[in-house]
Amino acid sequence: MRKPAMTPDARAALRGAGFSRRDFLRTSGALIVSFSLRKADAQFGFGPSTGSPAANQVDSWIAIAADGSVTAYSGKEELGQGIATAQQQLVAEELSVPFNRVTLLYCDTAMTPDQAYTAGSQSHPANFNRNNLGQAAATAREALFRMAAERLGVPADQLTASEGAISAKGDPSKRITYAQLVGGKKFSLGLNPNAKRKHPREWTVLGKPVQRPDLPGLVTGQFEFVHNVRLPGMLHGRVVRPPVVGATVVSVDESSVKDLPGVVKVVVKKNFVGVVAQKPWQAIQAANKLKVAWSAGSGLPSHADFYENLPKQKQTRDTLLVDSKDVEQKLGEAATVVKSTYYHPYQMHGSMGSSCAVADVQGDKATLWSPTQGVWYQKTTAAMVMGLKPENIHVIFRRGSGCYGLNGADTVTYDAALLSQAVGKPVRVQLTRKDEMAWENYGNAFVMEERAGLDAQGNIIAWDHEAWSPSLGNRPGPGTPGNVITGSLAGFAADAFSPRAASEPRAFNNGSNGVPSYMAGTIGGASHGTGTVRSERALVHNVASPFWTGPLRSPARLQNTFAHEGFMDELAARVKADPLAYRLHHLKDPRLIEVVKQAAKAANWEARPSPRPGNRKTGIAAGRGIACVLYEGDNGYSALVAEVEVNQDTGKVSVKRMVVCNDVGPVSNPDGLRNQIEGGALQGMSRALLEEVTWDEQKVTSVDWRTYQTLPLGFEVPKIETVLLDQPDEEATGAGETSITVAAAAIGNAIFDATGARLRQIPFTPERVKAALAARG
Amino acid sequence: MSTISLKVNGQMRRLDLDPSTPLLYALTDDLELRGPKFGCGLGQCGACTVIVKGQAIRSCITPVRSVEGAEITTLEGIGSIEKPHPLQKAFIEEQAAQCGFCLNGVILTAKALLDKNPRATDAEIQQGMSGVLCRCFANVRMLRAIKRAGQEMAR
Ligand code: FES
Ligand code: FES
Repeated sequence: MRKPAMTPDARAALRGAGFSRRDFLRTSGALIVSFSLRKADAQFGFGPSTGSPAANQVDSWIAIAADGSVTAYSGKEELGQGIATAQQQLVAEELSVPFNRVTLLYCDTAMTPDQAYTAGSQSHPANFNRNNLGQAAATAREALFRMAAERLGVPADQLTASEGAISAKGDPSKRITYAQLVGGKKFSLGLNPNAKRKHPREWTVLGKPVQRPDLPGLVTGQFEFVHNVRLPGMLHGRVVRPPVVGATVVSVDESSVKDLPGVVKVVVKKNFVGVVAQKPWQAIQAANKLKVAWSAGSGLPSHADFYENLPKQKQTRDTLLVDSKDVEQKLGEAATVVKSTYYHPYQMHGSMGSSCAVADVQGDKATLWSPTQGVWYQKTTAAMVMGLKPENIHVIFRRGSGCYGLNGADTVTYDAALLSQAVGKPVRVQLTRKDEMAWENYGNAFVMEERAGLDAQGNIIAWDHEAWSPSLGNRPGPGTPGNVITGSLAGFAADAFSPRAASEPRAFNNGSNGVPSYMAGTIGGASHGTGTVRSERALVHNVASPFWTGPLRSPARLQNTFAHEGFMDELAARVKADPLAYRLHHLKDPRLIEVVKQAAKAANWEARPSPRPGNRKTGIAAGRGIACVLYEGDNGYSALVAEVEVNQDTGKVSVKRMVVCNDVGPVSNPDGLRNQIEGGALQGMSRALLEEVTWDEQKVTSVDWRTYQTLPLGFEVPKIETVLLDQPDEEATGAGETSITVAAAAIGNAIFDATGARLRQIPFTPERVKAALAARG
Repeated sequence: MSTISLKVNGQMRRLDLDPSTPLLYALTDDLELRGPKFGCGLGQCGACTVIVKGQAIRSCITPVRSVEGAEITTLEGIGSIEKPHPLQKAFIEEQAAQCGFCLNGVILTAKALLDKNPRATDAEIQQGMSGVLCRCFANVRMLRAIKRAGQEMAR
């Protein structure tokens, strides 16, 4: 067995937890670091990955050291969303130990349980409800109570726990610590799905605004990002990407850089080209000077009419989400039919720091320090890229720059792996800003057609939603490294695009929010949606994309919600109804109704139809708009009221205030939740107002912060107010993608309220706003 | 290659490197400092900010030879976990971060601003921070933290 390499920081974390690496290997149940190859994994890791501790064992999640300190192991990582703090609170809570006695280690393929990705607002549902980390801690607690009952001679139900010790109720002299009970030993116990959990009403550590333990290190420049990983003898790599989309390598002239200082090697593998040098600046210069002859590119479709052309694509992969089969008939009977098309561009993850990874490949073994959201899938796919066995690969998560989905994290890990493999030494690679932006997996473009029929009283009697969205590639795991640029350059194919006709939906799945909140969502006679409209159809067409695509924060959910909520606003305006009351009239889910009402209340919502009466058609006009969603159909409720001012002479939109109400079940950490809601609202605002991938005939042209616009830190930041509806009796849902999902729609609706102009295409640039103002007549 | 002397956080350091190397690489690789970050390499985001002669400058586009002998301060140089600078303290108190990658640029840009004008108004702070990015959009908290630190620094 090869000992997993550890960076000084990881060693320090273990020391802080009271373990030496050796103790850790000897005593902790989490240390089943054998690299035995299971059968299922031979096929590049489908099923649980090799080497990870079993998720059904308490020891895989929880270890109590001889000094009573607790180490928790999780497969859900900290990306900046605050989940490490919440998980540390969870373990402290369930085990009745102080917060700072818990050390959380996460996402190391040799050490922590395989929890697939940290993504999609799934960390809370995965670890805080009745399984995994929270349930392991509760099982451990029950075991500790059983042991204490025996040792103290007191029945378990007469015992109480606090501060890492168990004592008899009413007799504190009968007391025994966790260290005395199991310190340094294994539990050797399976997870008990029935172990009693603390009810949120009993919480003393969870539910509190505990501060993030990583902040002191972050603000003082001590924190180790993946960018800061340094290994003895480490070299620096740089990749050379094709100049245009679809170009392939014709030849590489290694002699063009052989006289440059520090150059170690030029690496070519099919269309993957990179250089390795002693120092970063040397690698940069070598990459710039390396003469590579590339073939002509494959060309790109015209940007100008790209979105209009999407619905004309012949090859489509269709998914029917709901279909009552009577929509056309009801539309025919309707007093009024309203129809609109909404457009959403490709957008970027656009991480603050370009992506970085460090690889140490020695012979047939490799250690990868990666900011990936899926270390286990990185393991199986990096193995494919390098032609090594997955069981010989150890992936260690190190935080990168906030990623919001699939940024360059996976691809740069392959870059580092390939370059390190070529030189047999550790190699660090950080992408250039342009390489990050020109080749990342963009958030999907969308064209969305909405049609609705209204009866004579203005009620919605039928709604049809049909969307077209291009995609290429995706997250690479478990077996498709070609889903990102490096894997593709190295010769692996992306998931094939396979056209398909829609089949009848068998179960209700609103994971992409393709079904508007106002539809009843009826399948097989039962209604699963949040709304009342029973004549309904939602159909999505996937088409091939010329660019890589991937799950950008609130993938498809944001785009669909922008269309649904903008269109709902159009319907309310058409019948001269207050957009808030009109929504409530067509909703039936009580929790969704409540967040809408509470957001409106906190925003002092003025009940009246849009547009706002009395606004002038020139100069600055103010307005307000609302939007809501049940994220993914079951993963967090959110409503947002935006107040804007529109300068009708320049087309500039200023968002003045955003009020967000969320219901995400019991709140683990209210301050962490507010931080996510605020950041999501502003990121949503930046995406709504500015962000758009652009291209010419050959290549992407939005490749830096001048050509891809984003709101800077010091723009006119709106006031943001958050209202949290704590739900102690409900299950925990995700939260990180809620407010961002409704921001664009609420802003667009507020623009309409202010001006009477409807914005149906993101971003709401001054030119588009002016065009919409001109079109209102 | 040539020998360059840099004065970083009060210490003289001698480095053997190409004098056209951007200061950022000297700091993060030769000196292994973790504060300054590579964000864009184009002077557009602020992640690489350091303070030289009281000015927040972008080390990614500053050749190391141009700052030879000058006093260079990085995020590590303004305070520590044990003795944080008022800005560092305020960022913790306000929990003003998500991933934290931008913090170097945000805090050092704010420091240069507040050192000159600790009583900066909201509008002045926004103006001063308009060349810095945070893609996690922790803006509300960060601006609040800067304001809070200014109040302490003005005392
Ligand atoms: S890295 Fe220097 S300004 Fe972006
Ligand atoms: S906190 Fe992530 S970029 Fe600012």
